[in-house]
Amino acid sequence: MALADSGGDVEALPITADEDVVRVRQLVRSRAVAAKLSLIDQTKLVTAASELARNTLVHGGGGRAEVSTVTNGRRNGIRVHFADDGPGIADLDLAMTDGYTSGTGMGLGLSGARRLVDEFDIDTGPGAGTRVTVTKWSR
Amino acid sequence: MDQIPIFTLGEVLLVSIQVDLEDQLAMRLQEDLSERIVATGARAVIIDISALDIVDSFIGRMLSTIASISRVLDAETVVVGMRPAVAITLVELGLSLKGVRTALTVEHGLRMLNGTPSLALGGPREAGYGDGDGYGDADSTGDSPAPDAGSRAALPRPVSD
Ligand SMILES: Nc1ncnc2c1ncn2[C@@H]1O[C@H](COP(=O)(O)OP(=O)(O)OP(=O)(O)O)[C@@H](O)[C@H]1O
Ligand SMILES: [Mg+2]
Repeated sequence: MALADSGGDVEALPITADEDVVRVRQLVRSRAVAAKLSLIDQTKLVTAASELARNTLVHGGGGRAEVSTVTNGRRNGIRVHFADDGPGIADLDLAMTDGYTSGTGMGLGLSGARRLVDEFDIDTGPGAGTRVTVTKWSR
Repeated sequence: MDQIPIFTLGEVLLVSIQVDLEDQLAMRLQEDLSERIVATGARAVIIDISALDIVDSFIGRMLSTIASISRVLDAETVVVGMRPAVAITLVELGLSLKGVRTALTVEHGLRMLNGTPSLALGGPREAGYGDGDGYGDADSTGDSPAPDAGSRAALPRPVSD
């Protein structure tokens, strides 16, 4: 992580409605194609981004996504950062458990998204909002 | 587009999802399909997802829910055309698509339905068997025009890039 360098080409999108989730997917896809991620890696990253964008909307009450191309000198990657000022997550271990949902979902969004990416960071707490950053590297 | 079209092919309802699905649109499809099953007495639903480049937990849940609803309404659901990269991702995400039958193409889906003893789709059973090309079967029932979705759901590409 420390070596990774953001290329200064950050694109941000608000996440305040259904159609924003679709926009995030499309932006992540086009950046992943440009960074020459394989089709399967693109699909995994876009799916993870879709889950996290929906969480930002549904659980976080809306927020934003930032997409950037990163490099560690040898490989390119796509990093997607999600941030909201919602209620935050009190019990993170529980929230990251397969099948746990506080609502009517399947509880696969967070745990599944983590499996689909190479790096997954989450910063959250009760009343502190939620920030999730994921990175997928080209192979 | 604020609605996904549903085509009638004899006793089969065919839905070909051609847009990047917004959550509201997915919910609407669920309702529209249930109403159409009841209104037409359809025995089966084929959902072609060959144009979808991802299936996340929301879309996955919609597919499972449609399968459950149609089962209660005495219709079978088959999801066809899933891309290999989507299938790999779905499994890693942890989605099992419980209760959803799948087939590679619309033609395979129709043949699968014709092989279901409780269903006799497309007229005489021989019409659904035998000729092996999967075509013609739907036409033989045929009042409504078949959308070109069948040809879109060609065999998936290999997973490597
Ligand atoms: N941005 C967020 N803000 C507040 N709580 C969140 C946030 N993201 C996730 N959570 C909490 O973590 C739980 C698990 O999230 P996860 O995405 O795994 O499941 P889900 O959204 O409930 O269902 P699914 O994503 O499968 O439809 C949520 O039910 C919610 O309580
Ligand atoms: Mg979720």
